[in-house]
Amino acid sequence: MSYVAGIDVGSTYTKAIVMSPDNEIVGRAMDSTGFKLDKAAERVYDEVLEKNSLTRDQVDYVIATGYGRHRVPFCDLTITDLTATARGSNFFFPDTRTVLDIGGQTMKASRLDDKVKVKSFRLNDKCAAGTGAFLEKTAHYMGYSTEEIGPLVHTSHDGVSISGVCAVFAESEVINQLSIGSAPADIMRGAMFSLVKRCVQLMKRVRMEPQFTLAGGIIRFPTMVKMLIESLEGEVNVAKDDMPQYATALGAAVLARQRLTKVIAES
Amino acid sequence: MALAAGVDVGSTQTKSVIINEDLKIVGRSLIDTGANVVKAAEQAYLEALTDSKRREEEVAYVIGTGYGRYKVTFGNTQVTEISCHGRGAVHMFPKTKTVLDMGGQDTKAISVSETGEIVDFCMNDKCAAGTGRFLGAASLALDIPIDDLGPTALESEKPVRISTTCTVFAETEVLSWLGKGKKIEDILMGVHQSISSRSIALLRRVGIENEVTFTGGVAKNSGMIEVLNQNMDMEVNVSEDSHYMGALGAALFAMDHIMTSRIPAGAEA
Repeated sequence: MSYVAGIDVGSTYTKAIVMSPDNEIVGRAMDSTGFKLDKAAERVYDEVLEKNSLTRDQVDYVIATGYGRHRVPFCDLTITDLTATARGSNFFFPDTRTVLDIGGQTMKASRLDDKVKVKSFRLNDKCAAGTGAFLEKTAHYMGYSTEEIGPLVHTSHDGVSISGVCAVFAESEVINQLSIGSAPADIMRGAMFSLVKRCVQLMKRVRMEPQFTLAGGIIRFPTMVKMLIESLEGEVNVAKDDMPQYATALGAAVLARQRLTKVIAES
Repeated sequence: MALAAGVDVGSTQTKSVIINEDLKIVGRSLIDTGANVVKAAEQAYLEALTDSKRREEEVAYVIGTGYGRYKVTFGNTQVTEISCHGRGAVHMFPKTKTVLDMGGQDTKAISVSETGEIVDFCMNDKCAAGTGRFLGAASLALDIPIDDLGPTALESEKPVRISTTCTVFAETEVLSWLGKGKKIEDILMGVHQSISSRSIALLRRVGIENEVTFTGGVAKNSGMIEVLNQNMDMEVNVSEDSHYMGALGAALFAMDHIMTSRIPAGAEA
């Protein structure tokens, strides 16, 4: 038995996961995608292999997914990110029926059946107000970096009302709020809550059912998770550490394992 | 002779115009709105007065317009920018039936009657796509001054197709085209085409009737004018004072007020 890998080339970050012959996650790596998608995939793949003293020869099957999946030269197969995220969510939480995946430039909600098939999905990739970019823009207007969003929002207990209709118009809203003396942390919390409302709307459109599993880079903000748990009626699953961000790469690795087993059986 | 003034406090820039009783512009000014809207309104008005070389006491009536019109604290009253743009456009180009006003954060399509009254209008109020901000984003991403965007775009031979709707994502798309080795002029032409098609869609909702007058800050962009002309197969009216159309409309309404309050007519002369 040999190793398998999943590569998720997202709009903002590229992620890679390697699974051992006994289906344990042996390593993961992540880096900004940038504009050279193939380079990002190569870089992240090499990093995860190197960290675990593996070579490409030891990995027998690689599946690429995410928006840049067609630009991964070394993969054996590509699958859509919806299928991959469903698999990745199921790996940790077998009773997942609805997946919410919020990335830097997309938001996706999908409903699964008990065989991990995607029965219904809705996505937003047209408007930044419904994605991580909204939080990023709001933070930048106030002079904070993306990585400061988590600590900043953590200090607020009461968010101001931010309409969240447009990430560009948010600038005027932020300026207005700052000029009437609102604290940046409270503005950030308000922006986050408006994003949470958008998440719930999108999940309603796939007729969500518990259990809910949260995935994507935006789930790394504990306040975001807390707000989502408060807004959703039913059990909400969140993988440990930075694993929510790897859900899609993990799903690709899980499918790579299945595929490899099938290929071996057939030959 | 009395003077009338209009102050148009826009989301990005504040404009002020002073007119005389012959309805001629005698002073104008344009400044960035910034965070202090009240101050921007005052400063624009004072600069227009300085430009006119007239005294403040000569101004008999001031009207505020634009999104910050209620911050024109020294104004006598307020009129919506839709009415002002319609009025200003018909004053400059009397055959105007349709007005396209493209500002920093909003785009409006206005259908007007022969007397400059508003028949119908449509605007983007939920989303910054297809507004001046789209050009602003491209200007930042490509590091080209706003004033050079149009002329640069006009050099394009093979425009790229910009597929994103959202202004935030457009910035990323522009950079990705640059990464793929596309020429700056071709990317910029794509940006202009994208805004043009959204604006024309907005115009269709009120009906495009000749003549069309193009107003607002973006009307200074030669590339935008050219692309609109091509895509609508007509020539839009553009004045040197396009940028001031809202402020001019406000000043005209202010002059109406001065005239109608003079009774009996002619007694003052």
